[in-house]
Amino acid sequence: MNNFFQPSMNMSTAAIDLAGVKKSFGDKLVVNELSFTVGRGECFGLLGPNGAGKSTIARMVLGMMSPDAGEIKVLDEPVPARARLARMRIGVVPQFDNLEVEFTVRENLLVFGRYFGMGARKIESIVPSLLEFARLESKAGTRVSELSGGMKRRLTLARALINDPHLLVMDEPTTGLDPHARHLIWERLRLLLARGKTILLTTHFMEEAERLCDRLCVLEDGIKIAEGKPHALIEEHIGCHVIEIYGGNPQELYALIRPYARHLEVSGETLFCYAPDPEQVLVRLRGRAGLRLMQRPPNLEDVFLRLTGREMEK
Amino acid sequence: MGEGYAAAMPANAHNWVAVWLRNFLAWKKVALASILGNLADPMTNLFGLGFGLGIIVGSVDGTSYISFLAAGMVATSAMTAATFETMYAAFARMATMRTWEAILSTQLTLGDIILGELAWAASKAVLAGVAIGVVAAILGYAPWPSILYAIPTIALTGLAFASLAMVVISLAPSYDYFVFYQTLVVTPMVFLCGVVFPLSQMPSSFQHLAGGVAVGSFGRAPSSNNAGPPDARCRHTYRCALHLRGVAVLSVRGTVSSTSDAVRQHATENGDANDAILRDDGV
Repeated sequence: MNNFFQPSMNMSTAAIDLAGVKKSFGDKLVVNELSFTVGRGECFGLLGPNGAGKSTIARMVLGMMSPDAGEIKVLDEPVPARARLARMRIGVVPQFDNLEVEFTVRENLLVFGRYFGMGARKIESIVPSLLEFARLESKAGTRVSELSGGMKRRLTLARALINDPHLLVMDEPTTGLDPHARHLIWERLRLLLARGKTILLTTHFMEEAERLCDRLCVLEDGIKIAEGKPHALIEEHIGCHVIEIYGGNPQELYALIRPYARHLEVSGETLFCYAPDPEQVLVRLRGRAGLRLMQRPPNLEDVFLRLTGREMEK
Repeated sequence: MGEGYAAAMPANAHNWVAVWLRNFLAWKKVALASILGNLADPMTNLFGLGFGLGIIVGSVDGTSYISFLAAGMVATSAMTAATFETMYAAFARMATMRTWEAILSTQLTLGDIILGELAWAASKAVLAGVAIGVVAAILGYAPWPSILYAIPTIALTGLAFASLAMVVISLAPSYDYFVFYQTLVVTPMVFLCGVVFPLSQMPSSFQHLAGGVAVGSFGRAPSSNNAGPPDARCRHTYRCALHLRGVAVLSVRGTVSSTSDAVRQHATENGDANDAILRDDGV
């Protein structure tokens, strides 16, 4: 729904601006020469496997960690020097719930609102709308330890909205949730985007990135390997149908279908065949015993596999 | 690094109150158990040693042994309440419960959090010290006004020991190392500082050593309540307070610097561990 959105690269309207950012832990370089700009109202994704540096980038954007080199500006404030002022207008959904488990849902919002210097009366007045947004109206007096995983995530989201932030930083917001809970979160996030919020999202879910992000940056080992709109990336790097082939001898199959494929990638026990004319490939494979074939449109997973030679998650 | 530490210092004079209120809300849910827990240990010592040794000892510094001990127990319970609140509860909030992590994503700085935690630990020290004082006053072992005189000193004792414990938790790699601080610093202090017996019975070298230790000056303060004239008491309390304030201010500063490294370290460790968990789950 945001396909027509053109992110503005103008410095003064950028929500986040990273330039040449480097970070290492000991000898391990975690983020290397990373630059990107997130326009206001945009949903920008950081996509990559575990250990790609996504969470480190999110921490640096929040000023919880200093970069070794490079510059970061968030909501026009230099970070980490003035990160506190930026955080006044940021909502954070961390990778792992850090709610107060012994407190009720309402108490969690009250305590968190006070961290932003809000008075109890002000907080009380906005709690109903936050609970409604998180679909937790009936749970106001329930202790967090009694909530389901999906409810906890929604409460974390509601908590992140208590200061009416311009920017939301979300680190793997749906990791560990069942599909139903995940879809509910996605729907809430789209609503926030429609209200004009900016979102920085880290994820290793291709589907999540494809559904939500206006633009994204694909990371591997702290290096940006691609950046763009999800569909443009898929079109640019794949641009044709995919046939997944399970079983059989990959080497033998490789030789057989090579002439009809644009690319072939072997990953684990699966052969990925990128073919402009999938029928040609299927004709040659049909009737061979022990093979399972699946034809599908290309996705970001294929982009990652194409760029790195390996699958993101297994 | 200098810039990083500057950003970690308390942002203003009131941000810490939100942290104090958070801890107060959590404490209210278990208040009764907490107060009983704070009272049990010093009361056991008071009656066990007071009646047991008291018969043998007779009077100390012109007052009954149990009265002498009661003042020491006020100091000790303030010290242990602040120490344990910081060493276990605040450490849990920093390292395992991720409470600090959540707070750091708001406009509060690490300095605000530490100030709030120290103020909270000092509040618990006041509660614990006053509770013992009240029990001692009810039983006639201490004059009622002495509790009032002692409150500022108890609060500063709490602040000082909370700060020391905060430095310990920020330097110690895990819970297992806290025991060194407990056994090598906190426990000896009880004996070095005139809690159980008057300092004058110590060899003079120990007396000099004890003079430099915070709870020592304090341990004598309330006990002199029973002996000296009121204005002498006030002077003594005031001197202790000044001495302790120096320790407390220095500790808050040092604490913020050392803790900011610890928080970073825990954040990184948690991150790594969580990555490992994720990989195992195969999500």
